[in-house]
Amino acid sequence: MSVVTVQLGQCGNQVGQELFDVISSDAQDGQRKTYSSVSRERFFRQTSQGGKKMRYNKNKAPRGFYYDCCYVGKVLKYFFFFLRVPDFEARAVLVDMEPKVINHSMNRAAKSGRWRYAEASHFSQKQGSGNNWANGFRVLGPRHRDAVEELVRREVEHCDVLAGFIPMMSVAGGTGSGVGTFVTQCLRDVYPSSFVLNHLTWPYGTGEVIVQNYNSVLTLAHLYQLSDALLVHENDAVHRICSQQLNLKQISFGDLNRVIAHQLAGVLQPALTPDSCGAYSGNPLGELVSALACHPEYKLLSACSIPQMASASIAFSTFSWPALLKHLRQMLIANTKMEEGIDWQVRPPPASAGRTSSLTAGGFNASLANLLILRGKDVYSAETGGFEDPAIYTSWLPPAEALSLWKSPVPFDKYEKSATLVSNSQALLRPLDDMVRKAWNMFASR
Amino acid sequence: MTQSVVVQVGQCGNQVGCRFWDLALREHAHVNKRGLYDEALSSFFRNVDLRKSDGGDCCVGGRIQHLKARAVLIDMEEGVVNGILQGPLREVFDSTQLLTDVSGSGNNWAVGHLTYGSAYREAIVNKLRKAAEHCDCLQCFFLIHSMGGGTGSGLGTRVLSLLEEEFPDVCRIVTAMYPSAEDDVITSPYNSVLAMRELTEHADCVLPVENQSLVDIVNKISVMSHGAKPGSVLRKDSTVTSGQGSLSPTEKPFDAMNNIVANLLLNITSSARFEGSLNMDLNEIAMNLVPFPRLHYLVPSLTPLYTLADVNIPTRRLDQMFSDAFSKDHQLIRADPKRSLYLACALMVRGNVQVSDLRRNIERLRPSLPFVSWNQEGWKTGLCSVPPVGHSHSLLALANNTCVKPTFMELRDRFTKLYRKKAHLHHYLDVDGMEQSIFSESLSSLSELIDEYHQLDATKARLIPDAPRLSIAR
Repeated sequence: MSVVTVQLGQCGNQVGQELFDVISSDAQDGQRKTYSSVSRERFFRQTSQGGKKMRYNKNKAPRGFYYDCCYVGKVLKYFFFFLRVPDFEARAVLVDMEPKVINHSMNRAAKSGRWRYAEASHFSQKQGSGNNWANGFRVLGPRHRDAVEELVRREVEHCDVLAGFIPMMSVAGGTGSGVGTFVTQCLRDVYPSSFVLNHLTWPYGTGEVIVQNYNSVLTLAHLYQLSDALLVHENDAVHRICSQQLNLKQISFGDLNRVIAHQLAGVLQPALTPDSCGAYSGNPLGELVSALACHPEYKLLSACSIPQMASASIAFSTFSWPALLKHLRQMLIANTKMEEGIDWQVRPPPASAGRTSSLTAGGFNASLANLLILRGKDVYSAETGGFEDPAIYTSWLPPAEALSLWKSPVPFDKYEKSATLVSNSQALLRPLDDMVRKAWNMFASR
Repeated sequence: MTQSVVVQVGQCGNQVGCRFWDLALREHAHVNKRGLYDEALSSFFRNVDLRKSDGGDCCVGGRIQHLKARAVLIDMEEGVVNGILQGPLREVFDSTQLLTDVSGSGNNWAVGHLTYGSAYREAIVNKLRKAAEHCDCLQCFFLIHSMGGGTGSGLGTRVLSLLEEEFPDVCRIVTAMYPSAEDDVITSPYNSVLAMRELTEHADCVLPVENQSLVDIVNKISVMSHGAKPGSVLRKDSTVTSGQGSLSPTEKPFDAMNNIVANLLLNITSSARFEGSLNMDLNEIAMNLVPFPRLHYLVPSLTPLYTLADVNIPTRRLDQMFSDAFSKDHQLIRADPKRSLYLACALMVRGNVQVSDLRRNIERLRPSLPFVSWNQEGWKTGLCSVPPVGHSHSLLALANNTCVKPTFMELRDRFTKLYRKKAHLHHYLDVDGMEQSIFSESLSSLSELIDEYHQLDATKARLIPDAPRLSIAR
């Protein structure tokens, strides 16, 4: 039931902190109690040292007295009502080879007031990996293996039931990619029967790190053998969402990370699955992996969600399931990650077209399997027939098996109705091909 | 957090180093408001409590007692170092960090490298080891010296090879001041070429800086400040333009030029010291920018050089900063990188710049910059949130570009002009241990380097087809 996140490198730690932020604020916003408690159990643990954070919150909570020895406490006790706010600590292990980012993330988490990272769950060294995958995988990973495994073990012991691991990292740098691959390998060795879902962030095509293609290719090759599924976000696509969909003028990495966190939380927050028999699913990672990664050679997953708009506009918008699902289906088929600029001309090829040898025939994105997660009002009446169309799937998997549907009647992250689609499709093929081509060109020079 | 040690050799090295320490103190004073000895300070300074009997270093987190620079100052004549010790920076160095002699190297590379190199080898290694021992996690040695003189080029390169021997795992970044064509030292071509061979073989990366470019930049700044449009006021307190507001009240003649080089060093280490949304450590510089081990000459360019005191920075000015970084007026050697081939390029941005601004400018500038075929989109970017003093944002561009080839070819020409006539050669050959073969080896090393750059240049216009990919058997 509980998920342990391992945040690796600068990207992993920054995205992870935003993810926990979104989850904790979603679980708190006056939601239904079962949803909040399942979400909290999944990602946080409550500690008894909650006395530090005191909040005077007359309107929301039942009244209670807080006994304190000191004078100030007594005075306040006589005249005010206090609520003891339990401290939520994230079920996360933070790993980085240099200390600045971890300190920054932990401070930001503590400042939020709703949750924080546990004091001892981080591991950092003094000097980074130097964007060197080999340094991360062969030198730093093995060197610090014991310390990291100990931290993970402690986190796992706090879980009643372990649902699995989510290592979060980028593939362009040195620590996230190199040490991250090694840590995934260790998780596989130590916990062979747990699910491992890697969350990867792919860099901008026009370069963030010069050797990013080498690091990416090496990481993906290893992770493919080790991980159960790889859920990928590309910086390019998320940047386009920020600039065209959310209309942000100046986009910072924080904005990119918030979009990624929103989509990821949309996948991971509690939902009712076909197997969970009327309660929130107790095995989210397992069900996700079994729904999508139906063949060991096909593990690359991508996500998109709808609607995505600037938070100021949400109050003025109305949503309807038919419109949302129609757009989402076209986003899947035409391989775009946002509602702006959808190409409505793209259609599934007619059944008689046969196999084509090009990467994507006419811009059409064929799917292997799809997981559709609907959250919000009137979710039971949403019509998802468009996703069961055999034309968008391959021939060897019947659409009834290929489409999985999860629902949650609780609105997510201030959207009255929202849908997230995790798909195992050809969407990542072109960026992957580019990455391999550039790595090969650099390698084959001289 | 890692520490770095600065080794300054020779007159030029020590003068630039002196400006560096001054500006570093100013920058940290600007950022560090609470007087605590934090991780950023510890990367270049030690906090020493002189009352402790063991000359004790204090650890991070306490109040600042007494800052000592992590530096080793080497010069074979006493004038410059004594000047530093009598100036306002005397508290920052202690006597165990200095190595001086009386008579100087006489502008003779052989005297610096061989005579003094052997005589002071033990002493130098001891001082380096002491400086390294004070560091928790030593990441990098910064070596500053000139190429034209005797001590800087000779003893400086000897120190470089000692660093490689004693500390092979620690990165060595050399800031070398190359002589211009009208240099005042006649034998500077000999010294430079002899030193170049050492740099090619022992350094991890070299940031070449030419005096003439620095002169041009300083002239441009002074034209700007005197001929500025009415209503626009040049900010006087920026660290690039002047040392005003720093410790020394009067500026010495080379100070403005040395300030620029000192800023270069500050900006390179900024992302390692301060926080940012995309950190770039020092070991990532060599990793990303040096495709083949000998081609490690990175042309630096620094913008902006001055700021007008307008408060709002419209986007155009930010974009102007990026365009300037690639113009030939802002490079620190006399070269035009846009005309030559880029092997790799790093952009280190400081201040309030977001990733969208960075992306926009890269896409805008990319079509006009010729990149080598196997690294078409090769950019290394770093974002640091702390801007330098007096600016709201700044950009340091490090380019591994074949535009260093003409500089090296000129150097080689000046060398051969003298060498053909064997002029001044006897001064070198008189030194114990020096042989003529060293000259010819250095010349051939330089020629090979020029050749390698030339071969890459030749691929510039040609369209290289993609190498055939490995095919997977179906």
